[in-house]
Amino acid sequence: MTAPSAPVRVKRSELSASGRGDPGELLFRLLALFAGLVVLAVLALIAVSTTQEAWPAFQAEGIGFVTTDDWVPAEGRFGALAFIYGTVLVSVIAVVIALPVSLGIALFATEAAPARLRRPVVYLVDLLAAIPSVVYGLWGVLVLAPALQPVYDAIGSAVDGWPVLGTLFGEGSSGRSFLTAGMILAIMITPIITSLSREVIATVPSAQREAAYGMGATRWEVIRSAVLPWSRAGIVGAVMLGLGRAMGETIAVALVVGSSAQITLDLLAPGDTMAAVIANQFGEASGTHRSALIGLGVVLFAVTIAVNVTARAIVGHMDRRVRGD
Amino acid sequence: MADSLDLREERVPLLQATMSRRRRRRDRLATSWMVASLVIAVVPLALVVGYVTVKGIGLLTPAWFSERISVRSRVAGGGMAPAIVGTLVITGLAALMAIPLGILGAIHLNEYGGNRRLTKVIRLMSDVMTGVPSVVMGLFVYTVWTLRFGLSAFGGALALACLMLPIVIRSTEEMLRLVPDELRHAAYALGDRKWRTIVKVILPASVGGITSGAMLAVARAAGETAPLLFTIGAARVVNPNIFDGPTTALSVQIFGNAQNPFAAAQDRAWAAAFTLVAIVFVLTLAARAVSARVSRRHGR
Repeated sequence: MTAPSAPVRVKRSELSASGRGDPGELLFRLLALFAGLVVLAVLALIAVSTTQEAWPAFQAEGIGFVTTDDWVPAEGRFGALAFIYGTVLVSVIAVVIALPVSLGIALFATEAAPARLRRPVVYLVDLLAAIPSVVYGLWGVLVLAPALQPVYDAIGSAVDGWPVLGTLFGEGSSGRSFLTAGMILAIMITPIITSLSREVIATVPSAQREAAYGMGATRWEVIRSAVLPWSRAGIVGAVMLGLGRAMGETIAVALVVGSSAQITLDLLAPGDTMAAVIANQFGEASGTHRSALIGLGVVLFAVTIAVNVTARAIVGHMDRRVRGD
Repeated sequence: MADSLDLREERVPLLQATMSRRRRRRDRLATSWMVASLVIAVVPLALVVGYVTVKGIGLLTPAWFSERISVRSRVAGGGMAPAIVGTLVITGLAALMAIPLGILGAIHLNEYGGNRRLTKVIRLMSDVMTGVPSVVMGLFVYTVWTLRFGLSAFGGALALACLMLPIVIRSTEEMLRLVPDELRHAAYALGDRKWRTIVKVILPASVGGITSGAMLAVARAAGETAPLLFTIGAARVVNPNIFDGPTTALSVQIFGNAQNPFAAAQDRAWAAAFTLVAIVFVLTLAARAVSARVSRRHGR
């Protein structure tokens, strides 16, 4: 392939394309490096500056900031446990609803749909991600919540007094609740989980798939025996990324969750999440209250970073396995 | 390839005949689950778009695009011009900051970074940064900018730029990775410096994909609300000074009016939502069109 080069005398610096001596080259290289470092700087600054602003609240409350649920700004008491609980509960509801739907769509788009339908399916689901959070919130608070209220009432009174369901579905609700917020979030994280799962499923070697078909397996049997075992880790990663997104979602949840700091197993009761509290209370907050809200941001940041890094690690491990390292 | 697809979609009758009824029923059940999932996802999409269109389109008169925002939430009237201007200005400013920086960052990762540890850290952290909640980004800009320099369109743009940056970096890097090494080698062989190769050869070769990724990031940012709540404040008229004084945006107007009990205000929220969704969809579809055109060109 390589032809022998003609014996021309050139200086080594001219040969190397990196051109270290060139001032233009140096400037460009430094500019690119600077741009990359901005990412690290911003992440570090987020951690430092928000912690600094939240310090008065952390100092006043100590560990009680995350272990008590007593949030009374007027009396200077800031226990965020109810909001942490709400954040976790609402996100888990969202994932429980979104996972089967997302996985169904991802499998449909990769395994079941006729070839010419696959791309439109992907576009359609991606459009779900294009709608802004605040628009989902608007629809949730003005349309979905009022429509759900009679449904919730009916469910609540039907299961009243039953052992488990009676606890999960209490009576009386305005339609704004943990469950409503979880549903709206489920709509919002479905496109993320779907597209990541789809990418993972696409890496399943077709030989594996076709071997299963060749043995006479039905489509479902192929999915269960060849597709899902291969992509399990990647799907777990996708779900965790969806969970991280759900925990940080703010505006839609702020509108439909009902804004009530309480820890209850009643999914139909109004609740609150960290992100929603920040959005709803920041405007009228000052002093320690404001600092406590920024403190909620710090906790939220730490939790979402942890969830994200774990998810990336799982997905990265998956990538390496696919490349065969 | 085509053969295998055919096999998969139209099962051989012989196999079907010998298949036990239970296996066939399970297979059909699984297929209905997949189709049902798609329906479950499409229904809310249709409902949201439908409601926003039906409830929002009525207010879209010339006055909507030209008049200031009314202070009266019980009475219809006024326009949304300051919010439309605000959304466009803030998002545009954010794009001006994040897109060049993001492309440079991607160049560092793909062209200069090699396999060094720093490169891997930056790549991982860009991924992590896409997961930072937008409300946290708003608080961050509030603490480093708004507390010192006050509410302004620029503060909002900073927050949106921070949200866009990692998206632009990662999407651009994917596109740079697709540029074949032959192009790089050919440019070097002609004696080009590396940076000239990047600017003259590699970026032009991937401009379509980069544009489409950047537009998707802009579309995402245009719809953001939480980061703007703490950084731009509230206003009812256009604020010509982007560095000083409160301003407003469509998303912030939707959030405020959605919590208002009066019908006139809620109507404004719907119409603002329609305007915002229209802007975002146009950007998204344009991005798709750009990437589709580019991939067609490459396919040829």
